[in-house]
Amino acid sequence: MAEYSILIGGKAGEGINTAGLSIAGLFSRLGYRTYMYFDYPSLIRGGHNFAIIRASEKAIGAHRTPADVLLAFDQNSIENHRESIHGGTTVVHDASQVVRGEGYGLPLDAIVKEEKAPPITKNSAMLGALARVAGVGRDVLEDVLRESVPAKHLEANLRVAGRGYDAVEGVFTVEPLDGPALPVLTGNEVAGLGLVHGGLDSYVAYPMTPTSSLLHFLANRAEDLSIRVIHPENEISVIMMALGLAYAGERAAVGTAGGGFCLMTEGLSLAGMSEIPVTIVVGQRPGPSTGIPTYTAQTDLHFVLNAGQGEFPRLVVAPGDLAETYSWSATALALSWKYQVPSIILTDKTLAEGACSFDLGAVAMHPDRKPEIWDGTGEYRRYARTKSGVSPLTFPGRAGTIVKANSYAHDEAGFTTEAAGEVTALQEKMLRKGESLKEELSTYPTVRTYGARDAGRTIVCWGSEKWACIEAAEEFGARVVQPLVLAPFPARAWKEAMIGAGNVVCVENNATGQLARLLRQQGFDPGRSVLKYDGRPFAVDELAARLKEVIA
Amino acid sequence: MTPAQPAGRPAGDLVSPAENTWCPGCGNFSIEHMMKSAIAELSEEEGIPIENFVLLGGIGCHGKLVDYLNVNSFYGIHGRSVPAATGIRLANPDLKVICHVGDGDIYAEGLDHLLFAAKRNSDITVVVHDNRVYGLTTGQYTPTSPTGFRGRSTPGGITEHPLNPLEVMLAAGATHIARGYTRKVQHLKGLFKEAIMHRGFSLIDVLQICATYFNLTDYYNEHAYEMKEGETSRFESALGKIREWDYDREAPIPLGTFYSVDKPIYEEKFRALTADRPDRRALVRKVIEEWR
Repeated sequence: MAEYSILIGGKAGEGINTAGLSIAGLFSRLGYRTYMYFDYPSLIRGGHNFAIIRASEKAIGAHRTPADVLLAFDQNSIENHRESIHGGTTVVHDASQVVRGEGYGLPLDAIVKEEKAPPITKNSAMLGALARVAGVGRDVLEDVLRESVPAKHLEANLRVAGRGYDAVEGVFTVEPLDGPALPVLTGNEVAGLGLVHGGLDSYVAYPMTPTSSLLHFLANRAEDLSIRVIHPENEISVIMMALGLAYAGERAAVGTAGGGFCLMTEGLSLAGMSEIPVTIVVGQRPGPSTGIPTYTAQTDLHFVLNAGQGEFPRLVVAPGDLAETYSWSATALALSWKYQVPSIILTDKTLAEGACSFDLGAVAMHPDRKPEIWDGTGEYRRYARTKSGVSPLTFPGRAGTIVKANSYAHDEAGFTTEAAGEVTALQEKMLRKGESLKEELSTYPTVRTYGARDAGRTIVCWGSEKWACIEAAEEFGARVVQPLVLAPFPARAWKEAMIGAGNVVCVENNATGQLARLLRQQGFDPGRSVLKYDGRPFAVDELAARLKEVIA
Repeated sequence: MTPAQPAGRPAGDLVSPAENTWCPGCGNFSIEHMMKSAIAELSEEEGIPIENFVLLGGIGCHGKLVDYLNVNSFYGIHGRSVPAATGIRLANPDLKVICHVGDGDIYAEGLDHLLFAAKRNSDITVVVHDNRVYGLTTGQYTPTSPTGFRGRSTPGGITEHPLNPLEVMLAAGATHIARGYTRKVQHLKGLFKEAIMHRGFSLIDVLQICATYFNLTDYYNEHAYEMKEGETSRFESALGKIREWDYDREAPIPLGTFYSVDKPIYEEKFRALTADRPDRRALVRKVIEEWR
């Protein structure tokens, strides 16, 4: 099977992320499926940034350690990645920066000076060198640049890329495939598009890694998508604005990370009590507190499951790749409105900021669901107690109708009450919505499985670890089971999926085994935990080595 | 088709069946009844349907007002009415959005939101029930309690000075600033109507009697006076008038509108984006197909 790994590294501010995306674009153009992991510290200039771009004939969603080509803008990009360099690795470095270089040295300072090009075009020199090393034609290289570089900078980039191309030699040949040239998107971008597919009118957020780029993306595309994007003073305002929008009939979503979600929890509980729909994208990163802001973790599962005072139903979904992010973002929004409960899309830095080939045509969408709107008969009661627990919606401005939303315990019309009978009926009505939601979800792919059922060994995982697990599992002939919905927990689907599971291992990016804990709470055996909590996702080879210790 | 109903409705119809639990003599009664009358009159005079008014309540004695009126309401959480109000106004520009908030509620818990709503000139009205004490939590000092105030959390008396919230609002960019008093009800009603009809952010600080924890009736009766109608578009003269009383020293207390100017409204810059409801799924497909 043809597959390639390219590592590109340099200092922050040198455009490593963009360069990585161009490399992914080059392989995409040749019909390959790509995946990019981007690693950067929390600073603006300096430090060490790198991206690992992997391209394959088949769909992938994780990186591997060994690199076929290493593109180094500085010494660190070689020294920090010794484990990626092997006998077959071609190293291309910036000879103006790297003292102890190996492979091909490109005098990038001299090249951009001679070409009268801005320093950022050094990335194009590296892209040019990569194309030549990988046996990719100059025409393909130039096409990729034309598609990604703004017109006014194109000529300079083409010249510099040509210099890189000419400075090295062909080492191997990436054969073009018949596959389509798929666009390469990040998890955040796909979450935003999925939300719009699901009916989003407004996105409200305060910047916080790793979901800032969701805010930036939607803000940039607000006109293209005909949505409103708002950046208020803090996360409390964010969720309150969203609830105001929804009370008045507009579908709103918000995005944040753990710290911002802390500030939103009072608003979350208000959403629960007042039954105002809201969708919250929570991108996980390592804590506690500020933690390591630009790295990844799966440490907020129990936080989002339990956040907010009082008892109210919620929907929590944890997509594992772009296709799941698209379909479940749309569904989270739609079901939040159908059941008038808050929904949380739990991602992490790996998924949110990682990039991957995205095939919209291959996304399996769930059925469209619409909110229940009041039919106008009789007097409107915002919290009418129905069998399903769902009270039909209407919005302020409707003639002859009064809509009263309330954070206090309330009667059916929405007036505050403390009467024992009313309070009991209200609590039971809210919980009935949770049951109705659970019933609806029984027809959705809430638990997914990969590999043969009779494998005798099963790897359990959630969220962005999905693809590392699928690939690592293939090496052991193991099965993978992944819950997409964490609340309400799909116990029946889980039980069914785990029949004949055999030896079970639970892979997570945290220190305490949060999915394992949830499974135990639900009465299931999570098996042995394989955990990683250094802020980095598992590479496929790294995970395979860890799994070998417990299941081989 | 049935003939169109007149938009107005007698003010009495706006009182809800909810049981009123304010203390006898509470200043909230004046605010409730004047807001009810202001809504009824505006509905009649300006042709604004009753269903286009939305009241928001924070947490505190003031918040109960939204239960007591048969008007759309969002009875939210402590200090957070203002951003919800902006959201409501964003979603539907036809709505008249009025926040009833307390002095502890909005000058302490939610001050950040108030500053930013003023700064962005959000088209909402904020009515502060400023009794200068926490009532519902039974008697603690608030941001507008005078120096030396002995509350249940500060039995030795506070050593800090109160905020002059109107000065804060002027500095933050509020485009309509007024002060009322619960013993001058007709004047108060006029202030409500004027603020509701103002295009942009309006704030009325209502000096309100707390009959149980901080009864300043005599003090206000002695010091409060209605300003003569005049120039309200000059920042410097508004600032001077606002500083006549600092909520601390003994001084004449001017009532009325200090400042009122027209500026672009925050919510209107978004209107073009969602004016019609296009097929957004087609837009999503287009974005992906033309991805670069």
